[in-house]
Amino acid sequence: MKARVTVTLKSGILDPQGKAIEGALRSLGLSGVTAVRQGKVFDIELEGADKAKAEALLKQAADKLLANTVIENYKVDVVG
Amino acid sequence: MNAAVLVFPGINRERDMARTLKIISGRQPAMVWHTDRELPAGTDLVVIPGGFSYGDYLRCGAIAARSPIMDAVRAYAAKGGLVLGVCNGFQILCEAGLLPGVLMRNENLRFICRDVYLKVERSDTPFTRGYNAGQVVRVPVAHGEGNYIADGETIAKLEGEGRVIFRYCSPDGMIDPDWNHNGAINAIAGIVSERGNVLGMMPHPENHVEASIGLTDGRGMFAGLVEALDRAA
Repeated sequence: MKARVTVTLKSGILDPQGKAIEGALRSLGLSGVTAVRQGKVFDIELEGADKAKAEALLKQAADKLLANTVIENYKVDVVG
Repeated sequence: MNAAVLVFPGINRERDMARTLKIISGRQPAMVWHTDRELPAGTDLVVIPGGFSYGDYLRCGAIAARSPIMDAVRAYAAKGGLVLGVCNGFQILCEAGLLPGVLMRNENLRFICRDVYLKVERSDTPFTRGYNAGQVVRVPVAHGEGNYIADGETIAKLEGEGRVIFRYCSPDGMIDPDWNHNGAINAIAGIVSERGNVLGMMPHPENHVEASIGLTDGRGMFAGLVEALDRAA
C-alpha cells in the first residue's frame, strides 16, 4: 500500500524559506504569485491492505516524528 | 561535578564542551553515546552539545531527540537533574519536549557565525549564579536555525514565570532588533524548563573560557554550575 503524508507550516508561523522562494519567483518574472509557504511530502510504502490501520499508523508516525505539531500541521492520504 | 556529555552522530562541539568542563571543574566528563540507555551513575549535569546531529535531517534535533539515551535524560530531568543544551542541544531539548517552542530558520536565512551580546536576565539559577542579573556577556553563535518561536500563550507563560534567561542585546544591554541577529521572538537566546533545571541556549559559552582565545565571558556559567553542584552536595 502507498501513502503520502504532507506536512505544512501552521498559519501565522513565519516561513523565511517560503518568503525567499516567493521573492525568487518574482525575480524570474513570474508575476501573479502572492504568497508561498514551503512544506514537506513523505511518500511511504506500507505492509498489508487495511486502509484504516494504515491511516492510524501514519497518524502516529506524524505525531511522533514526521511533524513538529508546535508549528506544523499534517495530512495523511492512503493511496491504496 | 560529574558531567555527562551526550554524543550523537553529526555532533561536532562535544570536544569543546568536554575541554571546557575539564578546565573549569577539574574533572573529565563522561562521553555518553546516543544508543546507551542509562546515564553514568552519579551524573549531576547532562550536557547536550552543539553540532549537526543526523545532518539536521527532517528538522534540527528531531531524530536525536528520539534516540534511546533521551529516555534516560527525560527520567533524570523529571527527578530535577540539571540539563544544559547548547545550540543543537537546545534544538534537541525542544524536539524532545523537555523545553517548549521551536528553533526556526534564521530570519535572514543565513548561517550566522560570530560573537553576540547576551543580557543575563537572572542570576538566581544554577546556570547563571556566576553572573549578575542584567550583566551583558559576549559569546559566539554558530547556527542557521536559532530563531526561537512558540505560540503566544507559551511565550506569555515563559515571560510571566521569568523563564527567559538570556536575550540578544546591544553591547550596552539594550534589547534592539538590530542586535537580534536571528529574529528570535522577544530576542530570546535561552530559556529554562518549568522547574528551572533544564536550560537551552543557542550561543556557545563553552568557547569563551580561556584568556588565550581572547574572551572569558563563558566561564561564569560553568564556574557557577560547579559552585551550585558543590553546594548541593
